[in-house]
Amino acid sequence: MISLTSPVETWAHRVPAGVKLAALSVTTVGLLALQSPGALALALAGVVGLTLTGGPSFARAAAHALKILLPFLLLIAVWHGVTGQIEAGMTVALRLLAALALANFVTMTTRLSDMVAVAAVLLAPFRRLGLSTRALELSVALVVRFTPSIARKGGLLAEAWRARSARRTGWQIIMPLAATALDDADHVAEALRARGGLETTEPTD
Amino acid sequence: MERNLALIALFAALIAALGLIPKFTLAFGVPITAQSMGVMLCGTVLGARRGALAVLLFLALVALGLPLLAGGRGGLGAFATPSVGFLIGFPVAAFVTGLIVERWRAGLASVAAVASLVGGVVVLYAFGVVGMSLMLDKSIPQAALLVTAFIPGDVIKAILAGLITAGLAKSRPSSVLSRG
Repeated sequence: MISLTSPVETWAHRVPAGVKLAALSVTTVGLLALQSPGALALALAGVVGLTLTGGPSFARAAAHALKILLPFLLLIAVWHGVTGQIEAGMTVALRLLAALALANFVTMTTRLSDMVAVAAVLLAPFRRLGLSTRALELSVALVVRFTPSIARKGGLLAEAWRARSARRTGWQIIMPLAATALDDADHVAEALRARGGLETTEPTD
Repeated sequence: MERNLALIALFAALIAALGLIPKFTLAFGVPITAQSMGVMLCGTVLGARRGALAVLLFLALVALGLPLLAGGRGGLGAFATPSVGFLIGFPVAAFVTGLIVERWRAGLASVAAVASLVGGVVVLYAFGVVGMSLMLDKSIPQAALLVTAFIPGDVIKAILAGLITAGLAKSRPSSVLSRG
């Protein structure tokens, strides 16, 4: 499965994921605290500058990812244009843009494996308490493995529907799709049990 | 144990897949994504605890950077948009939906539909509206006004989730764990 990490290698790819995530958390809290449009405009300019260091194609991909905010920005423009509270509207719009752009920057410059490594560190206290994180690691791998497979089956069901009906694909394909997910789960559970299941005790470190 | 884990993982994958397959069209020609229906189905089929865990697993993978939300969105940015409240409400919605189906022993189709309506619409929108009001700096009623347009679609999804759950109970009787 394709992750959202940018294929364009930037300097930020080499920064440890934990550092980026910590910086993102602190900055996002800061953005929420900022109230003046001037300061937020400065913050947004900073994020834009940060994104531009990745080069033009990286920046284009980053800008594309911001399109999701378009309906909200339009809404803010209309709302605050009508009520006349332009400054409040600017504050909200700038904050949204800066927070989303920064979060996307971290996701785009962090490999999935690095993110998983940070998650493992964050979960370490639970392991210390004697809880196994093996089930969690296994289920993450299963989702990554089975999402494309279920999506493909959904595509096949939609094709079968189109072959037989002149009407557009309906909700009816979701029932068989969920049934295949249930069947897959039974097979996976059997396979896991056959391989020793989840009970296997691993060497503690 | 293995079965629970496999079901949770496969239903997390189902939610993701429902966001990937092409949108389907409702009777009135309104295209909708089935992703929020996946959340309802997690509750109605897997029950409260397993359903909420499946949704949490799905959200964890989104946060790690997989483009699993409808429209290929994902990453940490998904939690920095005005609709973040809906994402936070997803696991709660699945839990409430599952809890109702587990406790209320009447006809499965109607109970699952009502449960999806309470969990996947009432509870989910409560979270969604609060999130939107915080992110857009609007009052709660103003934020509620902004999302009303989406409620009819989700009400229809809740009814369909009830029908699908009943269908699953017929075709895979042992699999509807919320009634196990």
